[in-house]
Amino acid sequence: MLPDDTLANVLYVDLSKKHFRIDKRQDLFDKYIGGAGVAIQLLREECPEGIDPFDPENPIVFAVGPLTALFPLASKTVAMFKSPHTGNLGESHCGGRSAVAIRMAGYGAIVIKGASDIPLYLAIHKDQIHFRDASSLWGIGNSFTVGRIIRENEPEPGLRTIMRIGRAGEQLVSYSCVVTETYRHFGRLGLGAVFGSKKLKAVMVSGKRSLPVSDKKEYKKVYHEIYQEAVSSPVMKKYQDLGTAENVVPLNKFGGLPTKNLKEARFDGASEISGETFAEQYLGRRLACSHCPVACIHIAALREPYEKAYFYKTSMISYDYEPIYALCSMLGGSDAAAFLKLMDRIEALGLDVMSTGVVLAWATEAQERGVISEKETMGIKLGWGDYTAYMKAVRLIVEQPNKFYKALARGVDRAASLYGGDDYALAFGGNEMPGYHTGPGAHIGVLIGSRHSHLDNAGYSVDQKVLAKKQVSPEELAEALLSEERWRQILSSLVVCFFARGIYKPDAVSKTLRLAGFDIAPEDLLSIGEEIHKEKYRFKTREGFSLDKLRLPKRIFETLSPTGKLDEKFIRKTIEYVKEEMSRSPGRH
Amino acid sequence: MKLSVVDTERCVGCQSCMFACARHHGEAGLSGTCIGVGSIGGMERGFKVIVCRACVDSPCVKICPTDALKPRKGGGVRFNTTKCIGCGYCQDACPIGCVFWNDETNKPIICAHCGYCAKFCPHGVLTLEKKKKRKEAGHATR
Repeated sequence: MLPDDTLANVLYVDLSKKHFRIDKRQDLFDKYIGGAGVAIQLLREECPEGIDPFDPENPIVFAVGPLTALFPLASKTVAMFKSPHTGNLGESHCGGRSAVAIRMAGYGAIVIKGASDIPLYLAIHKDQIHFRDASSLWGIGNSFTVGRIIRENEPEPGLRTIMRIGRAGEQLVSYSCVVTETYRHFGRLGLGAVFGSKKLKAVMVSGKRSLPVSDKKEYKKVYHEIYQEAVSSPVMKKYQDLGTAENVVPLNKFGGLPTKNLKEARFDGASEISGETFAEQYLGRRLACSHCPVACIHIAALREPYEKAYFYKTSMISYDYEPIYALCSMLGGSDAAAFLKLMDRIEALGLDVMSTGVVLAWATEAQERGVISEKETMGIKLGWGDYTAYMKAVRLIVEQPNKFYKALARGVDRAASLYGGDDYALAFGGNEMPGYHTGPGAHIGVLIGSRHSHLDNAGYSVDQKVLAKKQVSPEELAEALLSEERWRQILSSLVVCFFARGIYKPDAVSKTLRLAGFDIAPEDLLSIGEEIHKEKYRFKTREGFSLDKLRLPKRIFETLSPTGKLDEKFIRKTIEYVKEEMSRSPGRH
Repeated sequence: MKLSVVDTERCVGCQSCMFACARHHGEAGLSGTCIGVGSIGGMERGFKVIVCRACVDSPCVKICPTDALKPRKGGGVRFNTTKCIGCGYCQDACPIGCVFWNDETNKPIICAHCGYCAKFCPHGVLTLEKKKKRKEAGHATR
C-alpha cells in the first residue's frame, strides 16, 4: 500500500473504559488487502477462544478496503464478530454510506470492544471520537426514529453513516441486524444483538479527505473504464431495472422458489409478488450506496388509509428478492401491500428479515401440525398468508413474553430443539435458509459457506447454470463451490459489491489495486483468497465448527428441486470432499 | 458555460459527481470536491444537489478581503489561490452553501463550471448549459 494512506489506521475503541487509540496496521493490509482479509485477522487477535458472544470481550470489527472511495462499487463494509446466532464466526456485509464514511474518516478498520454501563452511541468524526449518552434513545420502538434523531444531532450530512439497532438488538434477538441509512443492513448473524449486549445503540462515522494514488493520470483513465462498465455493462442491468426482485418469476418457473416452509418449490401467487408487480405498482424511488452509480436499492411507496377518513399515510419501504421470498412465498402470502407493511415493521424492530420469515414459516407449520398450540403463541393463530397474525407475532418475538417466543428469538434450530419439528426447521449451519431450493448446490453452499450465506459461494447459481443441464460429480461440485468462495474472499477484502463481480475480474482487480500501491499479479490473487478462506475456517474450527456435525433438514429431500429429488448420499459425499480439500493444502499459519 | 441541476428527482444519491469533481482537481477522495449530495431529511425523501449557480453579483466575491475571488465573465467567480488567506468569509457569505472548504489546504474550492461532474452523473441530474440558454430562476440547488 502507499505509505501515506490512512487505510493502515485501525481505530480501537473500548466501551468499558470509554477510551480509544489508533494503531498503524500496515502489516495486515499489505498481506490481506482489507475488508474480510483484514477483519478475520483482527477477529483472531481480539476474540478470546470460546467466549460467550455476549461477553464484553467479543469484538466488533469493521473493515473497508484500498479501493473504497477510490473506485466505484467498492462500497461495502465487512463486519466480523462472534455470532450469537450460531455461536461461531459472524460475518456480515453492508453498503449504504458506511464504507466511504469509514475510509474518509481516515480508517481502514474499527475494532469495538468492552461494554458500556449506560446506553451510548459512538460519534466518530475523523480523529474526534465522542461517546454520547444514548439513554434517551434506548427503548425507542422504531429504528427509523433513532436514525432521524442522530441525523439531526450530528454534523456532516451526506458524508456520514449512521449504523443503529432497533428494539430487536436491545432485546438480544440472536438474528437482529444493524441498520444503516434506513435501508441497508448488516444482516443475518446477529450483529445487532452484539451491539445490544454492549449497550451500543449506534455508531456514526463521518469524514472527508483526499487519498493518495500511485499515478494520477493513469488513475483517471482506469476510473473511467470501470465507471463506463458499471453504467453500461449488461451484467449490471438487472440490478438497475427491477433489482434483485427480478428473480421471483424465473425462480418460480424453474421450480426453486421455497414456498410454505418449503412444502413446495413453486408458488401460485408468484406473479403478484414479482419484481414486475412491485415496479409497476409500488416503486417509489431508487437509491444508491455511496460511490455506486448502479442504484440497485428499490424503495416501494405504500399509500394506505390511516385511522380516520381522509387521513392517509405513505411509507417508503425497501424490497429485494430475499425479503419477498422470506415473507411472501415462504409464508404462503401474495398480498404485496400486506407484505410491505410486515417488512416495514421488521425494519422498525431491526430484525433480520430472512431469518424472521423462516422462523415464522416453521411456527406456522408447527401449529398446523399441532406441535405447538395457541397456548404457546399466546392466542395467535398462525396461518399461511395471514399477515395480521404475522404482524402480531414479530412484535412478540422481539418482546419475548414467554418461553416460546424466547425460543423463536433464537432461531428455528433452538425452537425445534425445544418443541420438535426439526425435520422442517430450515436452518443450515445454524442460519435460516435463503430463498433457493434450486438443487444440491444451494444447500451445500450454505452449509459449507464460512458464514452460511447463499452469497458465500453462490451454490444456487451452480444449480441453475450447471446442474440443471448436466450431472456433475461430488468432487466437481465441491471444487466449483470452493473456488467461487475463495475468489469472493478477494472481492470482500476489496469490499467490492458482489453485484459487480462481472466487472472486477482478476485483471481489473490487479490494475485498480496497483493504483492504490498494491502490486499483486492477477494469478496471485487466488492464493491470497484461498489463504483468507482458510483463516476463516481456522477460526470456525477453533470455535467448535465441524463439517461432520452438519444437520440436513429432512424437508429438502421431500420437496422436489428443479434438478430432481435431492440425494443425501451425494450431499454428504460433497461435504466429505470439501473437508478433505480444506485439510489438505497447508496454507500459511 | 454553466453547470446546472436539471432535475434532482432523478438523483439516486450515488455521489459519483462528488468524486468526479475531486478527480478533476487532481485528487482522489473527497477533499477536493465542490459539489455536495445529501438527503433532504432521510433518503426516502430524495436528495439535494448543492452546486454553485454562478450568480450575478456574487456575495462571495463581494466579501472577499483579498480579491482572491473575482467575478467571472458570464456569472460565477474565479479563484486565485495565491491571494487567498483562508479567512472563510466567502463560505459564510454563500446562503446556499456552494463554497466548499478543503480542510487540508484550508482554502475554499470554487466551482469552475467545467462540467466534468456531469459526465459522471448516471441519471442526467447535471448538465453543462451553453451561456445563451441560461435560465435565471429555477432549481439550481434543489
